[in-house]
Amino acid sequence: MNKIFEQFGTHRHAALILLMLLLAVVLPLGLDIFRLNLIGKYLSYSFVAVGLVMLWGYGGILSLGQGVYFGLGGYCMAMFLKLEASDPVSTKIQTTPGIPDFMDWNQITALPLLWQPFRHLPLALLAVVLVPGLLAFVLGVAMFKRRVSGVYFAIMTQAVALILSVLIIGQQGYTGGVNGITDLKTLLGWDIRTDRAHYILYFVNVALLGLVILGCQWIQQSKLGTLLLAMRDKEDRVRFSGYDVASFRTFVFCLAAALAAIGGAMFTLQVGFMSPSFVGIVPSIELVIFTAIGGRMSLIGAVYGTLLVNLGKTYFSESFPDLWLFLMAALFIGVVMAFPDGLAGIYSARIRPWLLNRRGIQAASSVTQAGNPARP
Amino acid sequence: MQSKSPDQARKFSARTLLCSALSLVLLASAQPGFADVPPTAKVNTTGLAVADTEVTVGQLHSATGTMAISETGSIQAEQLAIDQINAMGGVLGRKVKVIKEDGASDWPTFAEKSKKLLVNDHVAAVFGCWTSASRKAVLPIFEKENGMLYYPTFYEGLEQSKNVVYTGQEATQQILWSLDWAKNEKKAKSFFLIGSDYIWPRTSMKIARKHIENFQKGKVVGEEYYPLGNTNFNSLINKIKIAKPDVIFAAVVGGSNVAFYKQLKAAGITADKQMLLTLSVTEDEALGIGGENLAGFYSSMKYFESLTNDNNKKFVAAFKAKYGPKSVIGDVTQAAYLGPWIWKAAVEKAGSFDVDKVAAATPGIEVKIAPEGYVKVHQNHHLWSKARIGMAQADGQFKVVAESPELIEPNPFPKGYQ
Repeated sequence: MNKIFEQFGTHRHAALILLMLLLAVVLPLGLDIFRLNLIGKYLSYSFVAVGLVMLWGYGGILSLGQGVYFGLGGYCMAMFLKLEASDPVSTKIQTTPGIPDFMDWNQITALPLLWQPFRHLPLALLAVVLVPGLLAFVLGVAMFKRRVSGVYFAIMTQAVALILSVLIIGQQGYTGGVNGITDLKTLLGWDIRTDRAHYILYFVNVALLGLVILGCQWIQQSKLGTLLLAMRDKEDRVRFSGYDVASFRTFVFCLAAALAAIGGAMFTLQVGFMSPSFVGIVPSIELVIFTAIGGRMSLIGAVYGTLLVNLGKTYFSESFPDLWLFLMAALFIGVVMAFPDGLAGIYSARIRPWLLNRRGIQAASSVTQAGNPARP
Repeated sequence: MQSKSPDQARKFSARTLLCSALSLVLLASAQPGFADVPPTAKVNTTGLAVADTEVTVGQLHSATGTMAISETGSIQAEQLAIDQINAMGGVLGRKVKVIKEDGASDWPTFAEKSKKLLVNDHVAAVFGCWTSASRKAVLPIFEKENGMLYYPTFYEGLEQSKNVVYTGQEATQQILWSLDWAKNEKKAKSFFLIGSDYIWPRTSMKIARKHIENFQKGKVVGEEYYPLGNTNFNSLINKIKIAKPDVIFAAVVGGSNVAFYKQLKAAGITADKQMLLTLSVTEDEALGIGGENLAGFYSSMKYFESLTNDNNKKFVAAFKAKYGPKSVIGDVTQAAYLGPWIWKAAVEKAGSFDVDKVAAATPGIEVKIAPEGYVKVHQNHHLWSKARIGMAQADGQFKVVAESPELIEPNPFPKGYQ
């Protein structure tokens, strides 16, 4: 352990390396592909949780509508995959072959203009990040420029989630409605349903998550990160110092949206469909819970939080199908009561001082590290 | 060493006697069974969870969340059928063990759990799903992992899979005959179509409109859809009052149902003034809506709890004995009850649990003990079944007022209705 700490300077890097070791080595060796695929699904949620650490923990902006961006990213990916799965040969029993099956059921006879760009993978991949990013930008500018923040902002994000889910469900000819976009098969001819593909997608997911966390850590350490913290705690002082608070807030909101969208796209690839059940209010709040359980100041903690909650959900519902909701509630209440700063709080309040004591280093020397308990 | 003591000898002989007696008993008990119980290696060549004395199946419904109220009846009926099958000696001499999973009214969870049942537990069959969305979410998984799904709900059709047996009606079975009945018996010429806004009502109403306009030469005077969970039908009621249709043809589901019928009654649209035919109200829904709000309206189903044939009397008695005298049985509950029986018959016909063989043996399977009377599986894995019209009573039950004379052929891809 000492060596790792010395070599990489801060415990933050060590924590990331430990996480990556766990995800990229321990879990693939210890789990069969079915369970690993489930972990991959959970990790796709953790992109949202990481984004929320930046937005909520650092930026002090609570969004209760991150499911919107997760969903949009997922839908952009799903639209490309669905078009590829709906080639004229495999859809020849339809009235109009070559368009997605749900369009045919809704008496649409030609591919809508909205869908045209999604014939091309590069455009679809761009859309995964740009569509949610753009929506977040528009909302961010509209609200932060008017200095809407706090509870009012949270309510607005909920309204957006509600509007979008009603829109997706209502426009079923264009979106697949309640069913979502299902039966996705290949990515450029590569069958994404095989075990091999699931392994590859899992590692792509882990690598992306690692990169995203590194990027966010870099932002946290930069002047930008300091400014975000300052804005969270004393908004007026930052404004009077000549900084444009609204722009910084818009930036971090767009960042969180783009991260959530990457997660959504990875979800679609690994699970094989996308449905509006992620876009609503309840799943959006669930995503905030993942972050809260992990610790809202800790990027790494957010990943562990997401894993813990979802593993709990899967384990409890498989083992106690009649009781599992109560057990989940007990888990939430337990963590929040015992560790108000989430899992990361356990680490920085208990484990880290103990580790440091053992090594004879003054715990006080690194109080300023960002993995600390959240300031109110 | 030279000779055994008498004591030892007696012990020895006693033990031999006991052993031989035991083996005799074992042989005797195994002998008749032996002919019935084919060796596991023979009936299970694809690594399913089939042991010498036990076969594992899965059950995947929403026990929690918004759909739980609808799916509970299916869970109960499937469990009842499996209990009865076990009491009869199981399937191919093996007791049926159930692994229950909760889809939690969430489609991705359905996908996750179905994969768990197929990949992890290697279940021989799965009885489950209720909404179309949950079926669409699991279908690719069943096709890829080659599982067998028994799906109980009446649904929109437009689907057919080797890996699914649809024990409910597809749309044309529920709609065409009932529209003809309305035209011939009730002299209905104009229809107002109302549905919740998702794939099943949309497809059903598309079929209904084509049938009314092209085949009956009748008129559709209105077609309206409302979001799932919508509870305000005032503007709709005004439109109905203006359009004055002979028949309101409704496929409103879930919580909206309660508001819909209460508001109709409050607006004075009751059965003595207005005929209403619904595709989505069974005894289960009637419980929530309240019989007094429904009395006199018609429902098109293949099964009603009030059917008086002997099969149904036995089924209702067994169901109420297990789940209490207040429990009600709706159309889907009965269809769910058929699932395990069809699977049992197909396995026995195939002489194997292998999914491919079971799927191949499924067409032509008959269920003579079906509470709805008699059903037969079509080549397309849907059921031949009768259509019935029930008139709602104030106590939440339905009085059967019409029944199709013949079994109606399932036709999930109806020509001329697309």
